[in-house]
Amino acid sequence: MTDAPDPMAEIRGSFFIECEELLEAMQDGLQEIENGGSDSETINVVFRAVHSIKGGAGAFGLETLVRFAHRYETVMDAVRSGTLDVNTDILKLFFRCADHLSHLVRCSRDEDAFLEEQGRELIDLLNNSIGETEPADEPEVQIDFQPMGLNINLDLDMDGPDLSMDLDIPVFQIHFAPSAELFETGNEPFLILRTLQDLGPCEITCCTEKLVPLEQISPETPYLSWDIVLTANVDIDEILSAFEFVDGLCELKVDQQNISTLAPELSPLEVLPILEVLDVAPPSPLATVLPTPKPTPSAVKSVVRVDLDRIERLVNLVGELVINQAMLSQSLESAGLSPHSDAMNGLEEFQRLTRDIQDSVMMIRAQPVKSLFQRMSRIVRESSAAVNKDVRLDTEGDTTEVDKTVIERLADPLTHMIRNAVDHGLESTDQRTASGKPPQGKISLTAAHRSGRVVIDVSDDGGGINRPKVHQIAIDKGLVPADATLSDSEIDNLLFLPGFSTASEVSDLSGRGVGMDVVRTAIQGLGGRITITSQEGKGTTFSISLPLTLAVLDGMVVQVADETMVLPLNVVVETLTLTETNLDQVRPGLDVVRIRREFVPLFDLGVSLGYRSALDNYIDAVVLLIAHENNSRAALIVDEILDQRQVVIKGLDDSFYRAPGIAAATILGDGQIALILDPTDIIDQAQEISPVKRAS
Amino acid sequence: MENINMNDIDTSAPAEHLTFRIGDQEYSLDIMCVREIRGWTKTTPLPHAPAYMKGVINLRGTVLPVMDLAERLGMGSSEHTDRNVIIVVKHNENMTGLLVDAVSDIIALSDDDLRPPPEVGGTRGTGVIKALTLRDERMIRVLNLASVLEFESLDAA
Amino acid sequence: MSLEILAVDDSRTMREMIRLALEPAGFTVHTADDGVHGVEVLEGKMPDAIITDINMPRMDGFEFISAVRTQDDHRATPILVLTTEAAPELKIRARTAGATGWIVKPFDPAKLIKALQMVAG
Repeated sequence: MTDAPDPMAEIRGSFFIECEELLEAMQDGLQEIENGGSDSETINVVFRAVHSIKGGAGAFGLETLVRFAHRYETVMDAVRSGTLDVNTDILKLFFRCADHLSHLVRCSRDEDAFLEEQGRELIDLLNNSIGETEPADEPEVQIDFQPMGLNINLDLDMDGPDLSMDLDIPVFQIHFAPSAELFETGNEPFLILRTLQDLGPCEITCCTEKLVPLEQISPETPYLSWDIVLTANVDIDEILSAFEFVDGLCELKVDQQNISTLAPELSPLEVLPILEVLDVAPPSPLATVLPTPKPTPSAVKSVVRVDLDRIERLVNLVGELVINQAMLSQSLESAGLSPHSDAMNGLEEFQRLTRDIQDSVMMIRAQPVKSLFQRMSRIVRESSAAVNKDVRLDTEGDTTEVDKTVIERLADPLTHMIRNAVDHGLESTDQRTASGKPPQGKISLTAAHRSGRVVIDVSDDGGGINRPKVHQIAIDKGLVPADATLSDSEIDNLLFLPGFSTASEVSDLSGRGVGMDVVRTAIQGLGGRITITSQEGKGTTFSISLPLTLAVLDGMVVQVADETMVLPLNVVVETLTLTETNLDQVRPGLDVVRIRREFVPLFDLGVSLGYRSALDNYIDAVVLLIAHENNSRAALIVDEILDQRQVVIKGLDDSFYRAPGIAAATILGDGQIALILDPTDIIDQAQEISPVKRAS
Repeated sequence: MENINMNDIDTSAPAEHLTFRIGDQEYSLDIMCVREIRGWTKTTPLPHAPAYMKGVINLRGTVLPVMDLAERLGMGSSEHTDRNVIIVVKHNENMTGLLVDAVSDIIALSDDDLRPPPEVGGTRGTGVIKALTLRDERMIRVLNLASVLEFESLDAA
Repeated sequence: MSLEILAVDDSRTMREMIRLALEPAGFTVHTADDGVHGVEVLEGKMPDAIITDINMPRMDGFEFISAVRTQDDHRATPILVLTTEAAPELKIRARTAGATGWIVKPFDPAKLIKALQMVAG
């Protein structure tokens, strides 16, 4: 392993990541075509995806991938240009090719073997579809400047070796007379002459006979031409390549003298190194020819690429370490050791180290949200085009780091939120202009660390939530009683109800059957919360607050009935004990605890979870004051507070049962599993289940 | 070869089955889906879980859901003792523990040994038994693991 | 010599490759994701040369070149087209739009540098 990062390997890595995005866009596009909801841009999107994969693959010398992508692209181009109609057969073939392309990308990435037969079959089918039977032509790998790299000598010390004395070096006579178009394309005769000079000593004669008097000169009409005598040990093609861009834009004549003397074995020694470089240079990818990279200081950041599996293993091991350490402290404590004994002091140090190791390991998994945000800019681009709106995406804080898993699982909900913002959040261009706003809508995506969590905001500068309409829809759909009076924020939160969709007509974009309830579920699945704020005429902001990592949690360990459970520490505001004076009942079914001047609804966790029935007497019961994400509060009665500690989060397989109020699980020091509570969910549940019975 | 369906039981080679007991009934499962067998340990109950959902246990650092097969088959549960065992099965990449009374034997069953179960209407166990077979004059019920594990939550609270 | 370059390509990989090829050789590289973005980035800048892809969303390479050529400041700015197709009709279209030259992908850094030096000094 080398210390210096290989920039090519990094680009290669990011190329494959980009490929995944392109493959996704390609799939989406094909799906859209199949669903019949496509327009002419859809096929372009698919075409471009394949085209970009081909372009990148070429740079890395992935020939199989290039060849297949090229055939695929050719057929798609026929569709694009209207010479081939998309029928179900073609579409089916496109889908199969898409799968094969994904396969090729993944195999290229992992250096696995390709399914060659499948590839051949598909290439044949592709060729047949456009009536080509010859799979032969593969011009795409061919390089335009054949004998490339004549000016390898980037230091430009070509004046160094003096070759003019050697009589065996060929001499060329060149006549060059630019036409007007040469200037219109931004070409510059002077630079071409200089390129020739780089090849070898030149005698340049400027022919001025066409020059007109100064007052008649038009700045872009060429009046000058040149005769050049070049002495250089080069092929005539190399000279022509200097004129490649101006071919047809000038009068050009190149003659070679003393051809007979051009024999390779007679070449002067000084030139040989150059020739050797030329031999190596050809179509191989970048790395071989790169001059030793001298990265700019800002880019100097040593990076090691590590297999994700290794990190996962490390994370798991650290998790085990934390559990083991917890077990050890438990057994030392129960052995009755003095807190000041060496063993207990050592244990404390051990705890601190474990925590440090854990934090460091978690940092390995942290990644900037930049890649995610970049993906979103593509979503904005696509979705704004689909609904014909002019939308700009501003991002901020894209260097904010979050656990890789969080980033991955955030992509879907965020995509949906962005599409929503484009589709529903922003008004149409006409409406914007009418209300005096700039026609271009703005969506901003920001990320920031805030008190141990990551907060991601998606805002639009649209019309804000149409509350009367939202309220009416909720009533129409039977989601709220018709006579209910709701606050603004309550109305806004209706958007998160399952089965709610504001679009009275399903548009291209949001017709995907996903509502904000799904977004909220996804965010909650990440241990996050989503809130909404909206201002009429000014826009709407969705704010997602997420834990930095999915792997550990600072928890409060409590006893409920016979079970040990964990509550996320960050939701616990304070703990208190119930007394005759602070316990009150508003009405049967709603008990409250008085905290300072505030009445907070009270729930018995044991009853809410169905672990036991209500107690006869709640005086002296322990209560945890919980703060919701939306600043409302609730108080939970637990039987006992056992500990505060960091726990390793283990996912719960909810494939055949999802427990309400439970976010995840952890393994305690004694090897038993403790459930991690989702307080918000519990309170939502509890409000529907039996309340605390007041004992008197 | 895991998850054999009702319709495509491998007719060529005999498949090994793990047989076990629930109450006084004998059942069997294709051994290919069995990962391990564990002694009974206390489960951590999940709130408001239906009766067949016993809770979760710690299987070497992962959280394993445990299903009470007696409850799932509609037989009602008996007291759990140290003699009960948990059969850990893998289905669709998910691991699940099945709580049974005791494991009996491993037997080879070929297609010829299997008889389709008689049609029964509307009970809870419908579909979970994909075939019947006889061993020493005892009836063994061959379980369809997919229908045991994949179903809409029946009676979640 | 330090040249300032604007590279317009919708492929992130390609943009990074261009950057990687040019920055070690002392070039300053600005990038843009497509034609529209390219026009935006160009505002207020006087790059010594522009490199552009052809197939791009929103505004393709041909449109982009035409758009650049209509700006007085950039009438003579060299524009190299970076393309996977070597087809002559493509070159002609690019040239008609006002492109200075073209480079066929996959490009070789030395070749790209040489082409840039050839058109931009």
